[in-house]
Amino acid sequence: MGTHNHHHDYNFSEKFQFAGIAKILSLVGIAVGIIAIVMGLISSDHIMVERTYANLLLMGYYFTCVCAAGAFFVALQMVTQSGWSAGLLRIPQAMAGILPIAAVILLVIVGLGLTSHNLYHHWNAEGLTDPNSPAYDKLVAGKSAFLNVPGFLIRQILFMGSYSIFALILTKLSYKEDLEGGLNSYKKSFKLSAIFLVIFGFTTPIWSFDTIMSLEAHWFSTMFGWYNFAAMWVSGIATIVVIVILVKKAGYLSWVNENHLHDLGKLMFGFSIFWTYVWFAQFMLIWYSNIPEETVYFYKRWEPEYKPWFWLSIIINFVAPLLLLVDRDAKRKNGMMLFVAILLLCGHWLDYYIMIMPGTVESHRGFGYIEIGTAIGFVGLFTFLVMSKLSKHPLAPKNHPFMDESLHHQI
Amino acid sequence: MSNTKYILGSFADPDDMMHGIEKLQANNISIYDCFTPMPIHGIEAKLGVKPSRLPIAAFCFGALGTCLGFSLLYYTMAHDWPMNVGGKPSLPLPNFVPVTFEVTILLCALGMVATFFFRNHLFPGRTPRVMDLRASDDRFIIAVDAHENTDHALVESLLNDAGAVEVKYNERKYVSYE
Repeated sequence: MGTHNHHHDYNFSEKFQFAGIAKILSLVGIAVGIIAIVMGLISSDHIMVERTYANLLLMGYYFTCVCAAGAFFVALQMVTQSGWSAGLLRIPQAMAGILPIAAVILLVIVGLGLTSHNLYHHWNAEGLTDPNSPAYDKLVAGKSAFLNVPGFLIRQILFMGSYSIFALILTKLSYKEDLEGGLNSYKKSFKLSAIFLVIFGFTTPIWSFDTIMSLEAHWFSTMFGWYNFAAMWVSGIATIVVIVILVKKAGYLSWVNENHLHDLGKLMFGFSIFWTYVWFAQFMLIWYSNIPEETVYFYKRWEPEYKPWFWLSIIINFVAPLLLLVDRDAKRKNGMMLFVAILLLCGHWLDYYIMIMPGTVESHRGFGYIEIGTAIGFVGLFTFLVMSKLSKHPLAPKNHPFMDESLHHQI
Repeated sequence: MSNTKYILGSFADPDDMMHGIEKLQANNISIYDCFTPMPIHGIEAKLGVKPSRLPIAAFCFGALGTCLGFSLLYYTMAHDWPMNVGGKPSLPLPNFVPVTFEVTILLCALGMVATFFFRNHLFPGRTPRVMDLRASDDRFIIAVDAHENTDHALVESLLNDAGAVEVKYNERKYVSYE
């Protein structure tokens, strides 16, 4: 214990073996996803095609957000010079490492959705900005200086491209540190992380305005960016928790113990409350001021087909973690943490569902093989890519200057 | 019987103190308490200190705050003089959330501070209870109850073996009361 501790000889250069049932299941997941998506896209029913696009956007965005949250986690630990997390940094690094792939997938989805008019047709349609056209929309025309196809695509490439570059450099520097030692990688990572956090902090709200909020182009909310950021951050932490627990169960990461899990639990608990805070700030101001152009968002979500889901999202994403994780011991137990993390991941899928569906498929909402199949496909893809990435490098950044502090972490 | 109430082993190094705790425990000598100028990780587990009950107090104060905050709003906004703000019902629950939340946090925080001060005799007008004045400066102290552990020579030799720079025999529990 404490300053006396003679810790075991950990094998920091051990690598995760990605094989067997985990690999097979992730490949099966990808196959299920591809079948569901193809079946949706070749459907002769236009509504089915649109619904598939909406689900692709949902999962593509979710996937990219979780990977970006991995990069954000790594950068945040660097800038705050946190010691506790050093031993488990390889997991968010693996998530950050596949951000470029996620970004390309999301770019293809929004690009195809935009050109095929299956997504973003509220602002991207014939004649919306032409005063002589019968379809002329004054509000969209007023926003068109920002909300136009080239600008939209350039921003998507610029934002996701810069996140990807920083994510790649930060992970590369850490892998380099394993081989070379010394403080060079750490010092460089610190500087890059600080720059990354500033860029990320200022651009993610705009990125979510573009990707999600513009689905209902008449409506706007300045809270929307923070609301999306909170969802991204909670689901990113929940993903880290799931991977840490499962990789530990497989017999790796012996240096990560209940103290590290406790800290991850506190982050997951705290940021679930933060998500609720931002969600409620957006909701209450709109409810209170009762201005038609603002209430339209909640009006749609209080239609009978969305209302139960709307409240279910609050129960899963706020009430459940509040009650289940408030106790200290709950945050230190593998079973409870795994359960809440998976529940929150489902909860934020529902959160994104409520953000996206009323602006795309509107009253043709559904929950069937497309929703489930697309979600399984992306989970399989994420698992396959992250685990492959994780298996390529040692599971501990053994030359990280705070590695020793992480081994002795105790709360 | 001597008049000694507590034997204090004074260490200059936290590792030596942890070592001293191990030695005393190995010889079945019960430790009254330890005092250190900074938190030492793992010391609670080693001494078998039970987890603090402060969170329970925090929850009670928080729950009290929720009730008081809500009652204030209910009485002023809905009961005594029903208010019509922007055509909303006079019991607009979403509007009550921020104030109720703030009062909950306020009472929870103030209540925890008050509980902490009360338990540690730190509130104004009370003399603080200090067994060794240097424990808040540069020394790490192990206190052993001299009545429970009668073999004082053994205690002193164990403390010295572990590297104590000073062993005191105090006839008063709290030196700060002098």
